[in-house]
Amino acid sequence: MELYGVEIDSRLLLGTAQYPSPAILADAVRASGAGILTVSLRRESGRLREGQDFWGLIAGLNVKVLPNTAGCHSVKEAVTTAQMAREVFGTNWLKLEVIGDADTLQPDVFGLVEAARILTEDGFEVFPYTTEDLVVAERLIEAGCKVLMPWGAPIGTGMGLNNVYGLRSLRAHFPDVPLVVDAGIGKPSHAAAAMELGYDAVLLNTAVAKAGDPVAMAGAFKLAVEAGRTAYLADPIEPRDMAAPSTPVFGRASLA
Amino acid sequence: MKLIVNGDERELGVRDLAEALSALDYDDAIVATAVNGDFVPARARAATALSEGDRIEIVSPRQGG
Repeated sequence: MELYGVEIDSRLLLGTAQYPSPAILADAVRASGAGILTVSLRRESGRLREGQDFWGLIAGLNVKVLPNTAGCHSVKEAVTTAQMAREVFGTNWLKLEVIGDADTLQPDVFGLVEAARILTEDGFEVFPYTTEDLVVAERLIEAGCKVLMPWGAPIGTGMGLNNVYGLRSLRAHFPDVPLVVDAGIGKPSHAAAAMELGYDAVLLNTAVAKAGDPVAMAGAFKLAVEAGRTAYLADPIEPRDMAAPSTPVFGRASLA
Repeated sequence: MKLIVNGDERELGVRDLAEALSALDYDDAIVATAVNGDFVPARARAATALSEGDRIEIVSPRQGG
């Protein structure tokens, strides 16, 4: 899979938040085989220095990082956060979030498009967290985005793919744009379903971090993403209403 | 002068952002900074004069989804 000219082996992108411990985070990352980890920026205390240890842990995992602008509700906040992230993480990659509603964490797609344009012009390579709306997707592409990350369901809900029709339409509409289902995935079967739709990758966090056994769940997601991708490439059959015998009818013994 | 550092009011005898970071014990820490909502690159901190009441944000890498 190629994202902004970088070849990435794994089609699973993993978040780094909410794990029971740093050691479990590191083990889950290894079990997932993820090639990209999302990270964020938060206030640092000169005395406590929590960020320094975390950054040491991530740097030791030898994967690409995708900084986010989580929690930003305005274009201005998102742009400033992006600029700070670029300096600290040393990457132009950015998972752009501009949140429009506190209950659903639904993207403010108007602010998202505006921020994407500003950041692309400033040299960022933007991974926009968006909805499955086709027209918004068009605007994001026009703004310079070369990857789109529609939600499966609201962040942290684990509901899976809420609008399969919308996601399928998006895939059909943008056959050549890398598409990543980001957010809402709760179980490996959801990830496999996204991959079977032809999505290039999935991004998840809570489903692994809050599982009873995050490391085992990370491994399960790795298998599901691989299974879904393999299934997509193998060209699945179309569902049909009428039954069709799988065992040949011809040559059946006459026993009635 | 009075400055707002990561949301907390601090009294610091400093002239610029680089001095403020030193005074607050961030010298060798990996952090990014903003003043009054605008990003200030590391190389521009010494040239960024501070004024009474300025809001300084100092952030570092953290877990994210």
